[in-house]
Amino acid sequence: MFRSINSNQGELITIYFENKALNVPKDYNVATALLWAGVSDFRKTTLNNESRGPYCVMGLCFDCLININGLDNQQSCTIQVSDGMKIKRQAINSSGKNE
Amino acid sequence: MSSAEYDIIIIGAGPAGISAAILADQHKANVLVLDENCAPGGQIYRAIEKNQQNDNKWLGQSYQDGLSLVEDFRGSRVNYLHSATVWHLSSTKIVHYSVNGKAHSVKGRQILVATGAQERPFPILGWTLNGVMSAGAAQILLKDSGLICDNAVFIGTGPLLYLIAHQYISAGIAIKAIIDTTPRGNYLRAMRHSFGALKNAKNILQGWRWKREIIKSGALYISNISGVRINGSDSVTSVEYCQKGKWKNLNCKHVFLHQGVAPELNVSLSAGCEKSWNTRQACWTIDVDQYGQSSVEGISIAGDASSITGGVAAAQKGSIAVLNMLCNMGLISSNDREVLSKPFIKKLSKELIARPFIDALFKPHLRYRVPQDSKTVVCRCEEVTLAQIKESIGLGCKGPSQLKSFTRCGMGPCQGRLCGLSVTEILAKELGIREEQVGYYNIRPPIKPVTLAELASLDES
Repeated sequence: MFRSINSNQGELITIYFENKALNVPKDYNVATALLWAGVSDFRKTTLNNESRGPYCVMGLCFDCLININGLDNQQSCTIQVSDGMKIKRQAINSSGKNE
Repeated sequence: MSSAEYDIIIIGAGPAGISAAILADQHKANVLVLDENCAPGGQIYRAIEKNQQNDNKWLGQSYQDGLSLVEDFRGSRVNYLHSATVWHLSSTKIVHYSVNGKAHSVKGRQILVATGAQERPFPILGWTLNGVMSAGAAQILLKDSGLICDNAVFIGTGPLLYLIAHQYISAGIAIKAIIDTTPRGNYLRAMRHSFGALKNAKNILQGWRWKREIIKSGALYISNISGVRINGSDSVTSVEYCQKGKWKNLNCKHVFLHQGVAPELNVSLSAGCEKSWNTRQACWTIDVDQYGQSSVEGISIAGDASSITGGVAAAQKGSIAVLNMLCNMGLISSNDREVLSKPFIKKLSKELIARPFIDALFKPHLRYRVPQDSKTVVCRCEEVTLAQIKESIGLGCKGPSQLKSFTRCGMGPCQGRLCGLSVTEILAKELGIREEQVGYYNIRPPIKPVTLAELASLDES
C-alpha cells in the first residue's frame, strides 16, 4: 500500500474511480492518484486475464492502461487528474470486445 | 498542411536537452523543446522545482545539483512544450507530436534527440504481478508525490538501485530487504579498471557508506545469489532467492526491480539512425560521431539516448552536440565550435574515465537478461513467454521481426521497449550468433499510440 510522506498535499480535487468519489491531490497523475487511494489492480490482460498495474510510471510499459472519461487504453501515468474525471477499469477480452 | 519551423527542435528536457537548449538560445537560435513530462528535468531531475518548495532534502545532493540547470532553462527564451508526446520523427526532420489529444507537426533545421534512458527489462518469474514495479518507478513516485510503500524488497544491481534505497531510508522509510544480484566476478573485473576506480573513489566510498546505512536501517542485505523469482497469484506474496543451492522465501507485498539502464531507442531508430551492440553495457547504442551527429543528416543524439554515461555527462554531450548543430547552420564558425566545446569536452572526458569501471561493476548477469525459467513472460504486452520464443526458434524463427509473426512478441503498445533487449539476447544465445547479427525490431512510426481523431486533428494545425 502506498502512502505519501509529503506533509502538504496542496489542493485536493474529486475524481471518480468505478463510480466512487476519491479526493486526490490536484497535481497527481491518474496512476499516482489511484495508487495513493489503494488501487493496485488497474486492468486485466486480454489473453490470460491477469491483473496488471503501473510498472514503470514513466510512459514506457503501458501496463497502467485504464478507461478515462469513456476512452479505453489511456496511459494513466502520463495524464494529470482533473476535477470530475471518471475512471474505470477497462475489460477488453480476447475477442476484442468490452465485457 | 504547413508546419511551423524552428532552427533546432530538441526532444526531451532532461540534462542533455535543457543544456543544449540554453546554449542554443544564447546563440540566438530559434529553439523548440518538446517533453513528455509536465516539468523540465528529465527523470534524473524529475519534479525538482516542486521538491524545492517541499524542502525534500533526502533526495540527495546529486539531485539538488540539477536545480540551477532547470532554473537557467526556465529563464531562457526557449519555446518549451511540456506534456508533449512525440510519436514521429522523420529522416527529413519533421516532428509529429500530440498535446492533450491534439496532433501537431513541426519542422527543424536541426534535430536533437535527448530522450534519455530507460530501465532495462528484468524478466524473471513473477515480474508482471501486481505489486512489482521498477525501482525507477519507485523513485518517480517519491520525487513526484512523496509516494512510498513500507517494507518493500529491492532486487537487482546498479547505482540507481542503491540511490533509491538510500533515498527511502533517508526519508525514514523501512526497507525489508535488498537482494543484490551484482555478480561476484564483477568486483574483480571492475578492479581491472583501477584508474577508473581511482577516479571513482568518492563514489565508491559513497556507495559503500550508503550500503552500510541501508543495512543499519534494518534492511536485510542478501547477495551472492544464483536465482530469484517472485511469487503470487494476482499480486505479490513473496520473493524467493537461491543461495548456495537452496531456495529461500521472503514474504512481501511490494517489489522494486532494477537491472541498470539502457538508451531509449525508439525515437532515433524510427528516424533511421544506425545502431551498434555494446558488449560492455549489454545494450544497443546509437552510432554518433564526436559531436553526437547520428547517421541521419541533421539528426543528433545526446545524453543517455545514444549511450549510457549518466546525467553529468549528458549535460556536456547536449552542449557539444548543439554547438555542432549551430555550426552546421552557420550560426557559429567551426573555429568557435572547437573553442566553445573545449570546457564541455574536458568535463565529459572526466566523466567517461570512470565509465569502464562502473560498466564492469554493474553489468547485469546473463541470467537476469535472458530468463532461466521457460514460463517467464518476456513480452509483457502480448504475454509471450520464453517457452513460446524457444518454440518459434525451433520452428525456424531467425530474428526479432520474424518472432513478431510467430508470436506477436514486441507488437503490443510498448513497441518492444520492455522486451526488445531480452529478445535480441535470447535469439543470440539460442541461435549461437552475435547480437549484431540478430538485430532489433524494426521501429516504425507512430512510436507512441495515436488515435484516429488525433491524426485527423493534424490538418487543422
